[in-house]
Parts: sequence; structure tokens; C-alpha cells
Amino acid sequence: MTIKVLAIDDSRTIRSLVRKVMEDAGFHCVCAEDGVEGVNRFAEESPDIVITDINMPNMDGFGVINTIRGGTTNRMVPILVLTTESADHLKARAREAGATGWIVKPFDDETIVSLVRRVTGARG
Amino acid sequence: MSTLNSIRDTFFEECEDLMADLADGLAKMQSGSADPETVNAVFRAVHSVKGGAGAFSLTELVAFSHQFETVLDELRSDRLKLQPELMFTLLRSADHLTVLIEAARDGVDVDAVVTQNSAAALRIWLKPSSDAADAPASASESFSFAAVTLDFGAFDQLNDTPNEPELKHYEIAFQPTATLFSNGHEPALLFGELSRLGTVSSTIDLGELPAWEEFDTTVPFMKWTLKLASTAEIDQVRAVFEFVDGLCKLNIVVAPMPVDQEALQFEASLPPAPAPLPMRQAVAEPIAPVPEKPSPAVKAASVSPQISDQHGPKPTLRVELDRVDRLINAVGELIINQAMIAQRVNEMPVTTDSEVVTYVEDYRLLARDIQEAVMAIRAQPVKPLFQRMSRIVREAADATGKSAQLLAFGEEIEVDKTVIERLADPLTHMIRNAVDHGLESPEDRIKAGKEACGTIRLSAAHRSGRVIISIKDDGAGLNRPKILKIAKDKGLIPQDADLVEADIDSLLFQPGFSTAQKVSNLSGRGVGLDVVRTAVTALGGRVAINSVPGQGTEFTISLPLTLAVMDGMVVSVRGQTMIAPISSIVETIRPALSEVHSVGPSSKYLSILGEFIPIIDVAASLGIAPNTSPSDPPLLLLVESENQSQCALIVDEVHDQRQVVIKGLEHNYRSVQGVSAATVLGNGQIALILDLDAIAFQRSAPEAPAEASPLTKGA
Amino acid sequence: MTAVNDKATPQITEFVAFYSGGQSFSIEISQVREIRRWGPFTSVPHSPTGVLGVMNLRGSVIPIYDLAARLGLAPTPENPRNVIVVVMYGDQTLGLLVESVSEIMSVSNDSIQITPEMRAESGQTPIAGLINTDGGLTQIVDLASIIRARGTAAA
Repeated sequence: MTIKVLAIDDSRTIRSLVRKVMEDAGFHCVCAEDGVEGVNRFAEESPDIVITDINMPNMDGFGVINTIRGGTTNRMVPILVLTTESADHLKARAREAGATGWIVKPFDDETIVSLVRRVTGARG
Repeated sequence: MSTLNSIRDTFFEECEDLMADLADGLAKMQSGSADPETVNAVFRAVHSVKGGAGAFSLTELVAFSHQFETVLDELRSDRLKLQPELMFTLLRSADHLTVLIEAARDGVDVDAVVTQNSAAALRIWLKPSSDAADAPASASESFSFAAVTLDFGAFDQLNDTPNEPELKHYEIAFQPTATLFSNGHEPALLFGELSRLGTVSSTIDLGELPAWEEFDTTVPFMKWTLKLASTAEIDQVRAVFEFVDGLCKLNIVVAPMPVDQEALQFEASLPPAPAPLPMRQAVAEPIAPVPEKPSPAVKAASVSPQISDQHGPKPTLRVELDRVDRLINAVGELIINQAMIAQRVNEMPVTTDSEVVTYVEDYRLLARDIQEAVMAIRAQPVKPLFQRMSRIVREAADATGKSAQLLAFGEEIEVDKTVIERLADPLTHMIRNAVDHGLESPEDRIKAGKEACGTIRLSAAHRSGRVIISIKDDGAGLNRPKILKIAKDKGLIPQDADLVEADIDSLLFQPGFSTAQKVSNLSGRGVGLDVVRTAVTALGGRVAINSVPGQGTEFTISLPLTLAVMDGMVVSVRGQTMIAPISSIVETIRPALSEVHSVGPSSKYLSILGEFIPIIDVAASLGIAPNTSPSDPPLLLLVESENQSQCALIVDEVHDQRQVVIKGLEHNYRSVQGVSAATVLGNGQIALILDLDAIAFQRSAPEAPAEASPLTKGA
Repeated sequence: MTAVNDKATPQITEFVAFYSGGQSFSIEISQVREIRRWGPFTSVPHSPTGVLGVMNLRGSVIPIYDLAARLGLAPTPENPRNVIVVVMYGDQTLGLLVESVSEIMSVSNDSIQITPEMRAESGQTPIAGLINTDGGLTQIVDLASIIRARGTAAA
């Protein structure tokens, strides 16, 4: 079964990149441009994994994690946080908020694909 | 790779938007109308530039935006107070960021010293402690930043690295908390990951599983003991558990002895990457509270619309410009086709009452609707263009040692995309000019009782189907005696010429005129306002000057809303059909012979209400044989320049008014004096569109009969 | 249609040959977009010698050059049998008024002669080479010099 990825990022560039990398890896990828659209898409799409940015307008990445984890459907979906920060405090905060893991931008294709496989258990 | 290239294009497109957001936010911060969200938005803009730049290994851009972002982060978390000097640094940094983005896009280098200085200016605002801690500041910053990408490379590297190192035996005690599960982790997947490092065996201890009713999600209730035989280093083993650090009790030790036989046998029965254990279900369900009735979908739908209504921009569609232009061309053909049909129908003898006439009229209206809708696609707000101008003002003020600010109005006014693009250079020139020539030095301003800081007002507005862009400074005004003297010295006008103010002002647009006595950084390039006028005219626009001594100078550019169509009056000149733009025409007159006065051998004037207005023969100025029957009172088009000076142009006949599709002459041929463009008439013939301003008001070389015989010229 | 060569492995180029001012000229076929019948055109002020005006080619405004006049020969007399060879030079489209189109020739490159004065850079001389034909010779027109030469630089 094809893995469905929900990518949430306010940057068109990053969305395009994530989508390309995911699709090249044979995953299905849907996108959202901010946290609010992200949680809506999450409810509609029931993705197998969420990749979200932290700094976004309307609702940030922490808000997305809280909303998903605090919901009732698919609440334990793996959530990877995209961050340009390498600072440990942000990782800790993401983990505290309920993120499954994080991806440090700039990412390379293999890293992000192997991470997605790792947390979803997808073969490849 | 073409996909990557197109994402790269996306990045630079997005950067334009981001820089516009940045400029927007900074402007609000500068004017004091910023709220906390403004600073956040500014931060996000820079942050997104950095993120995208990182993806394309644009290290300079990453390094500088990181520095910029760090300062903004201090600001948004209130560790730094906004003050004028900081505001200045932020504006400069935004300028430099634009430079870096453009350089990265065009693949050119930016002087590293400039970037270092800009970064240093930002660094001043960071406390030494934070500087050292999380804002790597030197040029090596980009490298430390980039190194972070390797965080997870360990796994992949491992598979590729030949296994020379010795086999180690790890014993791993792993006891997850409930949070580990609720964060989306799955022990089986962790073990699977571990098995990529080597051979894994595991034993599960369910002994601590509490009674159902005592279930406490905060207490670990299950533990695994894993044995791993691997050549990997312990850090690589730990890295597998990086995400669950703090979400489990974890103890990893290197076992002194080889893994025992029993465990190896166990391993054999365990798939290298185990299928998900039923654990997740068993654990997950009790943790999940009883589902609330409103599902998240419903909940999200009921909450989010309010949010998105507040903040969400109108949905948009990005389309390649080519496609729009194809559509516009097709619509242009449609309009011509409509005109041809209308003309044929009108020529048919029996159609006066026919339904066909109604249908043709409907067709005309529909075609016009389509055309307007299509044109609207190309319309864009002038805001980004105006935003660039505040950077120009800062640069120009710096270069001239003046103090200046730009106030922009009407940024939301929309103009055709091409008009905006082609307006950039003339506008830049005029803005520089306003700072360089218009504004006085701070000392002189204070002497004159003005603020030391000069103001340039840049505004856009709609006026009767055109867009008016005004550049107004509060400087000293034009020095008309000096302009007159320069024009005489340069032989642009006769020594004894006595010109009215408007005509003196127009001298600024004469080729070769430049008032700058000392060559400054800005205007020493031999580029005069004549270039501005040419550029604006090429857009179907006109420039006018209005200046009050001591109070300042205003340049007004009047532009068509679109480049593709215009309202024209169809006229005949010596049997040739031509189009006169209606925007310049005040009225058409057939004067009495007594109102036309001959002055000298060839000049004629029209007297209207006691004023004398020069009469110019369009045919003669275009080099077509002039009218040979001077006794007839000529038919005149009374035209007015933006300077309100009037002129009467002789034509032979005036037909109707109609909308015409503008076709440039330059692409396949070249520009022609007195002609701004061409159009296709209903009969498929081409008609030239007259540049009335050029015909009426290019009188500097008073009479130029040499111009009138082009066929002998250059042969 | 006349094939001109039977030599070993020469490169073949096709040319459109036509008459103008009583002489034969040719243009490489890849530069020719179409051949149109003579039609009315609109004269343009301040045109240099040999520029007749502009015409409508499916919505584009293209200039019409009288090839003979541009080459310094007598201007082509008006005749409804005249044709307009529409050519592309770079991204410019233009029409050349000629008397008639004679043929399309396949020419091997080694049968194209280039005289010393033709070796100048493109745009310097109006004739880029000569081709021997059954009945005589045809001159290869250098479009760059047709467009640029003779006062086209006048503003």
C-alpha cells in the first residue's frame, strides 16, 4: 500500500521539494500551506505520516502537533517536524509537543526518505 | 534535473513574495504600526528564504539569512528592543538579502566584504553570549549549519561502508513510556531500524503490565531486552533511539562476551525487520479516550473557517505567462475579427433593421468583456515596484549624503505586468533624480525652514481610464534660469528664445540635457530624463513636470491600464488611415478661415478665446507630402500635453472612435518617430497609431525639413 | 526542382531561389517561413530606402523590404504577380518583396563559392555566397545586412 504523506509548510519551495522527494520515493504526497489547512487536510486525508514546518502563519507546527495528538482519529500518526534549527531545545520542545522526530533543513533526499520509512515502517 | 530546476524557479519566485512581505513588515515596524504578528511575519519571511536557500546549497544566502533571522528572533522574543538604529540595520539587511537573492538567482557573485559588513552590522545587535551560543557568526557559520544535515546520515552511511571494524555486542534495555506511543513511535520499527545495524535478538518482559483498571499511561509497563551484534559504534546505536530519548528508559552497554547461542537461535526465528507487533493496538486503544462525538473533521471544519477567513488570502492560480499571452493574442485576433465582421455587415445594403446588427453588437460587447477579463489577468499591484523604490531612496540618499524618506501611496493600484516591468528603470531613474537633484542638502533644508530629512512621495492612482504615477519631492523646485542657460549653452534652443515655464521644464526631457554640474555617483552616466520619456512613451504613457520654487517638483507619469488595447480615433492623413489616441485629444475643430493666422513663412496659429495655439501638419511632420490646398480651413485635432500646453494637428478626415489592439513595431522592425505602434483594421490592413505628443511637442529643432524626405536619407 | 550534386558524402542544404531586379538570389530554406502573394501594405514614415512599409501577417506587424532596392538595384516595379518571401532572422519576421520564386534547390556545400569580399562577417556584405546552377548562378542573400544596411540605423 502506498504511504500517504501530508507535508505542511508555508514555503512553496520546501513544499515542492518535499513533494518531489516523496513522489520520487514512490509515496503519495498531499500538501498544506499553513497549520490550519494542515489539520483540515489531516482530517480529510488520514495520511500515514505528517511532515510539518514549525514557523508558519495562522497555526504553527506545535499547534499542528497538539491538534493531531489531541484529536480522536489517527492521533498516533508519526509526525516529523521540519526545522532549520539544530538547537536541542527545539527538538526537545517538538518531542514534548508530541513530534515523532525531526528533519533538519536542508535535508537530502535519502535522509528524509529513510526517515519516513523508518517511522512508518514502510519497506524499501 | 528539470524538476529540481523548476523548484529552484519556484524558490526564486517565492523569494520575491517573501521579500515583499519582508518590506511590508519592516515598513510597518518603521512607522510604528507593527503588532507582534508583524515581527513574526518578518521573521518567517527571512526564515523561509533561509530554508529554501539551504535546499539549493546557496551557502552565502543561508549564512546571511541565518544572521538576519537570529536578530529578528531576538526582537520577536523581546530580548531586543526596536530602536531607530536597529530599524536602520534591518532595512539595510533586507536590501542586502535582496541583493544576495538576485545574485544567487543570476549566478553572479556578491562582494564578500559587503556581505561580511552587512552581517557584522547585524551581529552588533546580538549579545556576546547568544552570539557564541547559537548564532555562529563567522563565515564558517554556513558550514556548521550545513553539517547538521548529516544528523541522520549515519544510517545510510552504514550500509555503504565496508565492514572492516570489529563486531561488537550490545545489550540494550528498553522500556518505553506511554508518551512514546502517543508520539507516534512504534517499538517494532525501532527494532527494525536497529536490525539494519546488525543482527538483533529480543526478549519481552510483560511482567510489569499493570492490571487493566490500574492502567496508568505515565508509568512504563513493559520492557525489552535487545541483543545486537554489529560493527556499528555505540553512537550509531544511540542514534536509532534519538527520537525517543526521554520517552523511554534506555540503557545501552557493550557486552563483554559474544552473544550466546540461545539468542542467536532466537534471532533466526525473528525476521530482520519485524512485522508490526500487535502491541500497538493492544496499547493504543486503552490509551485513547472514548471517541467524542464530533469527529476531528467536523471539529476542524467548524473552527478553522473563521481563522482562514480572517487570514487567508484569496485563492490564486499560478499560470505561466506564456499561456496568458497566448490567450491575449487570441483575444486580440477575436477583437479584430469582430471589427471585420461589423464592417462587412455595415457595408451590406439591407441590414439596417436586421437582427444581424443586434447580433453583431452583442458580439462586440461579448468580445470586449472577454478582453477585459483577460487583461485583468495580467494586472498586478504596483506595490512590489514601489517597495523596491524605498531601497533606491536609501541608496541614493547615502550616495549623496542627503537624508530622505519615501512615502508610498496607492500601492494596491493594478497595472499590466509588462507596464510594471518596463516602468522599473524609468522610475528608478526618476527617484534617484528626485533625491540627487530635487532634494537639498540637510543644511540647506534647515536653512529653508524644512525638516532635514527630505520626503519623496510616490503615489499611484486611477484617473479616467489611465494610471497616474506621481513622484513628488519637497525639495527646492526646478531652477528654471539655470535650465534655460544650460539649454542655450548647449544649443538646444536659440540664444534669444523666450520660453514659458512649461516649455522650460520640458527642456529637461531633451536628449543630451543634464543639469548635474558635478558628476555625482548617481547621474553621471549620461542618462537623462529623455531616456525616461522614451521609455514611458514606449508604454503609451506621457510624463509631465510641475514645479514650485522652494516647495518641490512633481513628475507625473500617465499610463494606459493595459498595453494591449487603447481607445483611438480613426483619422485619414493624405489617404492613409491612422489612429490618434483619444487620451490626448481635447476636441476636433474645423475652424473658420479667419481663426487661422499665418506667422512667418510656414508657421500657422489657431486663435481660440484670444489664445494662439500652434498648428502642426501631421502629414508634414511624418514626412508625407503636405497639403497642397492651403485655402481650405483645415480639420484640426486639438491635443493637450500633460503640461496643459495645447497644439492643433491637421488631419484630412476624422472617421469613428474605436478600440484598437496595439501591435508593436519594434519587434520586427524598429521604432518610428511620430508613431507609437500599429494596429490591424477591420479590413486586415495595418494602421499606424500616432504618437501625438511627439508630433505636437517635439519642437526643439523648430523646423526640420530634412526630416521630411526620408527616402533620400541614408540611401 | 533541380538536384545539383552527385559527389561523395557532401552536406546538402536546401535553398529557395527567386528573381529580384532581374537577377537570381536565394535564401536557405530554414530561414524562409512562407511565400505570400503580393498584397497591400501600409507605408511607414521616415523609412530607409527599400523599406516599403508594414503588412499584417496573421496579426503580426512585419516590415516589407524591396530586396532589389535594398541591394542598390532598381526598385521592383509594382506588379500583382510579385511575391513576398516571409523570412525569419533571429526572432524577427520580415517580408522580402521579389519578382517571382523560381525553385527550391538542394545544394551540396562544396558547390557554394565564397569570394574573398564575402568572407567578411555576417552583416557586412549583402551576398554571402554564390551557387552554380544549370543556367548560371544564384546569389545567397545575407539577411543581416539586408536588415541593417543603408540607413536602418537612422532613428
